[in-house]
Amino acid sequence: MLIAAPLLALPVLALFAVLARRAAWSHAVVYGGAFLAAVALLAGGLDRLGGGGPTALTLPFGLPWLHAHFRVDNLSALFLVIVNIAAAAASVFAVGYGPHLPDQRRVTPFFPLFLFGMNAVLVADDAFMFLVSWEFMSLSSWLLVLSDHTRPETRKAAMVYLTMAVFGTFCLLPAFGLLAGAGGDFTFDAMRMKELAPASAFLVVLLALLGAGSKAGLVPLHAWLPLAHPAAPSHVSALMSGVMTKVALYGLIRILFDLHGEIGWQWGAVLMVVGGVTAVLGVLYAVMQDDLKVLLAYSTVENIGVVVIGLGLALAFKAGGEPALAALALVAGLYHALNHSVFKSLLFLGAGAVMSATGERSLGALGGLLKRLPWTGATFLVGAAAISALPPLNGFVSEWLILQSLFKGPTLPHWAMKFGVPVVGALLALAAALAAACFVRAYGVAFLGRPRTAAAAEADGNAVTLGMRLSLAALAALCVWLGAAPVTMTNALSEVVRPLTGIEVPVSADLGWPWLSPAGPSSGSYSGTILVAMGLLLCGLAVMLVHRLGTRALRVSDAWDCGHAEDIPQTQYTGHSFAQPMRRAFGATVFRARESVDMPEPGDDAPARHVVSMIDPVWDGLYRSLGRLVDFLADQVNRMQFLTVRRYLLMMFATLVIWLLVVAVRQQL
Amino acid sequence: MSALAWQIAQILLVAVLAPLATGYVRFVKARLNGRRGAPPWQPYRDLLRLLKKEAIVAPSASWLFRAAPYVTFAAVWLAACVVPTFTTAIALAPSADLIALVALLGLARFWTALAGMDVGTAFGGIGSSREMLIASLAEPAMLMMTFSLSLVAGTTQPAQIAAFILGGDIGVEVSLGLALAALVMVAIAENGRIPIDNPATHLELTMVHEAMVLEYSGRHLAMMEAAAMLRLTLFMALISCLFFPWGMALPGDGPAAVAVGLAAFLAKVAALATALAVFETMIAKMRVFRYADFLGGALLLGLLATIFLYVSEAV
Repeated sequence: MLIAAPLLALPVLALFAVLARRAAWSHAVVYGGAFLAAVALLAGGLDRLGGGGPTALTLPFGLPWLHAHFRVDNLSALFLVIVNIAAAAASVFAVGYGPHLPDQRRVTPFFPLFLFGMNAVLVADDAFMFLVSWEFMSLSSWLLVLSDHTRPETRKAAMVYLTMAVFGTFCLLPAFGLLAGAGGDFTFDAMRMKELAPASAFLVVLLALLGAGSKAGLVPLHAWLPLAHPAAPSHVSALMSGVMTKVALYGLIRILFDLHGEIGWQWGAVLMVVGGVTAVLGVLYAVMQDDLKVLLAYSTVENIGVVVIGLGLALAFKAGGEPALAALALVAGLYHALNHSVFKSLLFLGAGAVMSATGERSLGALGGLLKRLPWTGATFLVGAAAISALPPLNGFVSEWLILQSLFKGPTLPHWAMKFGVPVVGALLALAAALAAACFVRAYGVAFLGRPRTAAAAEADGNAVTLGMRLSLAALAALCVWLGAAPVTMTNALSEVVRPLTGIEVPVSADLGWPWLSPAGPSSGSYSGTILVAMGLLLCGLAVMLVHRLGTRALRVSDAWDCGHAEDIPQTQYTGHSFAQPMRRAFGATVFRARESVDMPEPGDDAPARHVVSMIDPVWDGLYRSLGRLVDFLADQVNRMQFLTVRRYLLMMFATLVIWLLVVAVRQQL
Repeated sequence: MSALAWQIAQILLVAVLAPLATGYVRFVKARLNGRRGAPPWQPYRDLLRLLKKEAIVAPSASWLFRAAPYVTFAAVWLAACVVPTFTTAIALAPSADLIALVALLGLARFWTALAGMDVGTAFGGIGSSREMLIASLAEPAMLMMTFSLSLVAGTTQPAQIAAFILGGDIGVEVSLGLALAALVMVAIAENGRIPIDNPATHLELTMVHEAMVLEYSGRHLAMMEAAAMLRLTLFMALISCLFFPWGMALPGDGPAAVAVGLAAFLAKVAALATALAVFETMIAKMRVFRYADFLGGALLLGLLATIFLYVSEAV
């Protein structure tokens, strides 16, 4: 009831938004309603996580031979929580943010529909409802991406997004078909019971990986994500990046861990490699970006990679007969999914606040915002530190859990895993370290230093309204809480993974409340709570000591800068210059980054030029050649349009003969 | 109860010892260069002098600039508290393992790098950018070293790794040697020593850490300097705890064993500091864009350390 009623209220809100679109107050009503619905769904999810078995509901609509099945178990409940924390925050944010949009009438009606689609995917219990909700989610978010359709890059982004969404569903549809088998029973219950033939078992995993992976943004299927997510209004970007990718992961987990029976450890290895490559490539792209929202979108790609490493490890442990470690790896992956949804929503909403205060989202046009926007600055700092996996925030806890379970990887019997796990571990560590570099750069250039343009210098703190501040502060507080007291959440997560791995993992049983010690107290433990208390104590001690021993005098005076200090803000380090060492160290091989300096002769008054050229290996290597292949095939087929009637008749006759032959041969066999 | 007492003793010990260790390295280097050098306790005087000076803050700096020295110092101090020095029986040992240690140092670096960008000067940015490049390779190298140690000892907790090695059922392992090499390379990079960075440099274009803290003065600079000194002591303690734990007291040992542990720790720090001074005197600083090769090497050594473990198992 706590879930069904708010779910049904969302489409009603959308209808209301269309009917009352002329009234200025209707937007606040719709977002307020969406907030209430999200809170109710969140409460429903938390209530279900607290205990009790799955609840199922069958409704008499849908396909003629198939009722609509709904079911909420612990896994759905967890993702309901993940989706609706961000949804509630984004709704509150949108009340103040909406009026800044070029035309919010194109956003408001689709926002509740988007929420409805995502939540419906989570409660669907048959393939038909799942796919319909999935498409609902895709199409409503596509409309939201298109809301600013006058910009040509938005139209391109929407086109690429639509293509990839179609591709994803095109893969998921046969995956469910194979899971249902010849009997054609599309309920998830029937699929759980069914044994799959080896060939179809293989195909189901592959198709699920392609279908859900394209929505989640796994490399090389991520190409649409950094185009589409930033093109939408910021509160929608927060949901697309923070939450919709998680719904895709939910689909992947549902198929791989629940519906599908046995999966070989090789698939675990594949997932880990894909996850590791996704994590490193995603963050390498992110560290080079100048647009704050594109940077955040690429960082989403990275974090999805991190979660997928956890999922792959869980699959490998499960197949290798280590259910306890599988449960640990799955808890780690799910915890990272939850954490990422919190801090990524926070960062995207922060980017939205920056945009409404300055109208800019390019790092090169910002600077010094911490002084003008203290709320946004402080909360964005929390988000940046959390996503850089720094203690005592939540990002670190899930990275710690993933590393702990990776360190147990060599207990697997396969040699490929023994050698592969350390490599994946190195990739994960590299991604985490580069993420810190990426967010030092983003925060340092946008919020610190001196304003680079008039827009940044005159950033309007009042444009960040109370609702926006509240929603940012709530998400930042959640980052701290999930990091400093992780045990509350990990215990709930171990309940979630129990039906999926057949075992419960007592993440903190051995040492008691504030410690996480997943694999026994002797193999490594961590306590965020104690570190926070101890850190505050030492920090206070240091401040006290300094003020006791020294002077408190402070003078405000010009910067030193080795005597070269200049008033022009252009003399500061920029985002591009900050990224240059990383571009030289990593980009030269991955992106074939080349720099050329064009220095005019003395006496020539032409400007000197410094040109950087980079090649996107995925877009230029894979997608362009695919595009060329499609063009080539289309050209070949095109010839068939200009044949004579005789030839067409001949072709029809030949087709008929071939089919008759096929039928004849089949009957003989 | 004794664990708590030893913990408090360690918190004070690392804070008091850190300036002396740095001063000792400078002193030995001066002697090797043929100079008389300042006495090893000069850093105490320097810090006190800085504390008594007025702090100067640029008008473009935000609150972050003034908070960063304290956060950096506290994070490094906290990290130094969880690495066992003279006894493994310390109260904070189960609260943070090597992964958390790497991350605590990362926290300190995050704040220092942000502070470097806060005033909005070119030198601060150049320092932050290079520091983050160094960290992006040094951190994975250190995690890989942790990985191989956790495979050998079955734990990521420094206190338990030390206890495992003291337990003695371990021969001379190739992987341990490789892991030690990786950790030493990381320690050099993290502390900004030659050949990565020169702590004594005042040539603007070659500095990394000094460039980030260029705008600091007075008590803020004192905190940043003290954090750097603490970090050096922390890495010396880490190397001796993980690879040379001999002499360290174990849980349940009496005060006599702890006194031995303390003497052994001081001797180890003195030996490592001398080795650092000799090494730094012998070698020249490398170009900025060679860092990636140097630290990539450290990362590879860490990775090889894990892989050699299987090879030695299989043979």
